[in-house]
Amino acid sequence: MLAYIVRRLLFAIPILIGVNLITFALFFMVNTPDDMARSQLGAKQTTPEMIASWKAEKGYDKPLFYNEKQPGLAKVSETLFVQESLKLFWFDFGQADDGRQISTDILERMGPSLAIALPTFVIGLVTNIAFALLIVLFRGSVLDTATMVVAVAIMSISGLFYIIAGQVLLSKLWHWVPISGYSDGWDAVKFMILPVLIGVFAGLGAGIRWYRSLFLEEMNKDYIRTARAKGLSDIKVLFGHVLQNGLLPILTGVVVVIPTLFMGSLIMESFFGIPGLGSYTIDAINAQDFGIVKAMVFLGSVLYIIGLILTDISYTYFDPRVRLS
Amino acid sequence: MIANCIKKIIIFVFLLSLLGCEANRWNSPYDTEKAQDPILFSSFSSKPKHLDPVVSYNANEWAILSQVVEPPLQYHYLKRPYTLEPLTLSKMPEVRFLDAQGQPLSEEDSHLAVFSEYIFRLKPNILFQPHPAFVKNDQGELSLGNLTETQLASIETMADFDQQSTRALTSEDYTYAIKRMALRQNHSPILGTMQQYIVGLKTFSETMSSKQPSVNELRAANIEGVEVDSELQWRIRIKGVYPQFIYWLSMNFFAPVPWEAELFFQQAGLKTKNISLDTYPVGTGAYQLVENNPNRQMRLVANPNYQHGFYPEDGLSDGADTALLTDAGKPLPFIKEVIYSLEKESVPLWNKFLQGYYDASGVSSDSFDQAISVSSGGSLSLTDEMQQKGIQFLNTIEPTIFYFGFNMADPVVGGYSEKQKKLRQAISIALNFEEYISIFMNGRGMAAQGPVPPGIFGYEADRINRWVYDWQPGRASRKLITEAKAMLAEAGYPDGRKPNGEPLVLYYDTAATGPDSKAQLNWYRKQFNQLGIELVIRATDYNRFQDKMRGAKAQLFSWGWNADYPDPENFLFLLDGEQTILKTSGAGINYANYDNPEFNRLFKQIKTMPNSPRRLTLVRQMIEIVQEDAPWAWGFYPKSLALYHRWYHNVWANPLANNTLKYKRIDAELRNQSQQYWNKPTLWPMILVVGLSFLLLWPLRLAYRKRQEAIIQPRDVD
Repeated sequence: MLAYIVRRLLFAIPILIGVNLITFALFFMVNTPDDMARSQLGAKQTTPEMIASWKAEKGYDKPLFYNEKQPGLAKVSETLFVQESLKLFWFDFGQADDGRQISTDILERMGPSLAIALPTFVIGLVTNIAFALLIVLFRGSVLDTATMVVAVAIMSISGLFYIIAGQVLLSKLWHWVPISGYSDGWDAVKFMILPVLIGVFAGLGAGIRWYRSLFLEEMNKDYIRTARAKGLSDIKVLFGHVLQNGLLPILTGVVVVIPTLFMGSLIMESFFGIPGLGSYTIDAINAQDFGIVKAMVFLGSVLYIIGLILTDISYTYFDPRVRLS
Repeated sequence: MIANCIKKIIIFVFLLSLLGCEANRWNSPYDTEKAQDPILFSSFSSKPKHLDPVVSYNANEWAILSQVVEPPLQYHYLKRPYTLEPLTLSKMPEVRFLDAQGQPLSEEDSHLAVFSEYIFRLKPNILFQPHPAFVKNDQGELSLGNLTETQLASIETMADFDQQSTRALTSEDYTYAIKRMALRQNHSPILGTMQQYIVGLKTFSETMSSKQPSVNELRAANIEGVEVDSELQWRIRIKGVYPQFIYWLSMNFFAPVPWEAELFFQQAGLKTKNISLDTYPVGTGAYQLVENNPNRQMRLVANPNYQHGFYPEDGLSDGADTALLTDAGKPLPFIKEVIYSLEKESVPLWNKFLQGYYDASGVSSDSFDQAISVSSGGSLSLTDEMQQKGIQFLNTIEPTIFYFGFNMADPVVGGYSEKQKKLRQAISIALNFEEYISIFMNGRGMAAQGPVPPGIFGYEADRINRWVYDWQPGRASRKLITEAKAMLAEAGYPDGRKPNGEPLVLYYDTAATGPDSKAQLNWYRKQFNQLGIELVIRATDYNRFQDKMRGAKAQLFSWGWNADYPDPENFLFLLDGEQTILKTSGAGINYANYDNPEFNRLFKQIKTMPNSPRRLTLVRQMIEIVQEDAPWAWGFYPKSLALYHRWYHNVWANPLANNTLKYKRIDAELRNQSQQYWNKPTLWPMILVVGLSFLLLWPLRLAYRKRQEAIIQPRDVD
């Protein structure tokens, strides 16, 4: 198992270099270092000398991938790409263009992102599975048909609608929860209720349909028929057999998502004033802050790779037939 | 069983109603205690990047920074036209005009001056905010400027420093700030401008920037034109005569910086925790920044050492509410704490304002119809809903212009011949900015007659652009499109066609690429179509648009300018021939490349003149010249609209003053009552949801039981 994990981590290195390469190429295709300097220094009163000084201080005066002026290996090493990429591999994200430490900001923002994403994920998962099991229990009935119609309707409506409707109903009209904001500690709970509720509800349609189809597939298998023939109640069959055996495909979709929960949700966090990581990258792209963009893309890739490795490992626990080698 | 369930529901409802009585503001985003204190609750949508006074230049940064630091001068809160007054000075700076040998000249000979010298006299006993940078040990040495890694390990925020001290403001703090501005590594946006004026600043900047000086080296070095006379007096010598220099002295770039603070923040361990002079400014202002978390919240609290500010006793403009002088002469500030929360979206911000959780709000286009009604005459007033809540509003024309520019170097739309002028004048008539303001800005703007906006010396409401408007009784009326067509024919493009019969095609460059901009771009097309001219839109991202503008490659474009200071020079220089993109290789600000020798000559004169009837005459002439030449189709001056609750007092719009928080007052008791009244939770939907859930689950339970208890009947076999 350890050898497998090490091998997967080593495979991650070229993937991360590739991701970085694409990020560099795309970013600098749209923004030149001069544009970045102007964005930071402001449009008014900015002189060419100030732009040159800013670029030199931030290291943006170096060529992107190939430095003709340098001898030998320095032609490659004395470039923006190598200088900026290498540091990422030991998680030295450096400074944003406004001077703030990116790693400090990321650590600070991860908490609020998780505070929303984790309960939404857990409650959503439990709710989806519970509803799916309930529908499977009454499969073929009016309830099954009605729920599927409602699920498709829920899926068809934009998440933005749920956010605005939720804010208007639960906060503006009924005054149950704050419309937006965030706080530390237990005070955060009252701010989390609405986004979590909306997050869970918005994911209900797709979730129920997906888990229902998984469980129905299990329900039609021979071992379920045997269990029922032995006289087990429907509840026992569902929880004792269908759920347990349906977990494997659930894991495929679920475990890979867990590490990326740190990255937050852009729309949720913007509308609910959650100071998380969701809008960090978008704000950085708008501000042409390359330091943050490359750090966040790199971090996102690392977390995704971790998610995939965790998925593989989790298989071995839930399915004794699977062994990693 | 049913009775048992009903009993449970009754208990649940009872508990809910108890909750409703206990805490009738479930939706409050703040602690209940805080709502009862005189705290101002406000918001910010984008994080302030820089709070270092020599670097910061954005409005959202100055909204916070200006409450903390104090340049020598400020704008009088109430007076119109905008008037400067001493802030930390005991009187306005004394200005002396000097000849080449440094000998004083009389006022009459000021035009012969080679140098101007500004002498500043500080008010005594102004103290800095309490700060750990000033803490000294028994030997009188700064004790927190050189902390060990172990000591720094326990520091996460500024609040973790339990020792604080202060000292009196001295003239060196002001001169030290100018030295910091000179260091290129600090990237002060006005260094390039100030180098042209302050004697010796350029040399000092070149010498010291390459040295990377320590705090003490910087203190010891001197700028030729900046001298400290005593603890309370210093002087700045500038080249020639530049009356506008005094306006710069009201900006934060000239705010004092205590060298101890720079020494304190240079500690590497603090920088990694985002604690620096750029995140925690140190000043003598009415407030101190105690929390800077741009990801969530910024918090100002009243500076306990602030004793030199008092509410103005005069200067109320005609028509202004006399209640603005209720607090005349009282010591400032009134509000003890200000909390700015991150609010990226306009919908929650607006709803929180309506719930009473924000004390003031702007009006976004989404909420405009709910808040404001526009009369047929175009005047704005509050809707009944807002009036019932006791909400009030302020409506001010900003010292800003958004204009539609012609590239005067372009062979088609540029040039100074009569025909070329007529083409631009015809387009200026066709571009009906009254309609634009009505459609796209909900009436929040005023069509411009020239480059100088209202509130700035040189603006005259009764003087219209006679090339575009006719004076109807009591108002300016845009000329008819038929007149524009006639002008176009005179310009050589009858019905928008070239002499060879081909349609005239013009190109409009813009950075407006989003779907929201489509309607606006279509509107422009429609205006040109009225003249038979085909307008081709060339939309690019903002970076590429700027490149085009710096390369003078755009034929038609839109741009804007926000006043740095209330002087016509700050707007007319946008059309100065010395500032054209072509002459300055892209470094200038005259994007229209307008270069009229007569205008340039007059500009040189008004640039160094104090406001006077003579200056007004010259400004008037300049405006008439550009109105005729029409390098811009004058566009509009935007109006800002601010709503505020009845418990928020002393609210007055002063777009040029940024340190106005200290004048505001909150009636926390009234706010508390209103919040309670407006935010009582409605419980019936909760009961309904619980009841419905029960009603749905009950038959399911019955159905499941029935199925479990069913006996399988063997089929009849024939």
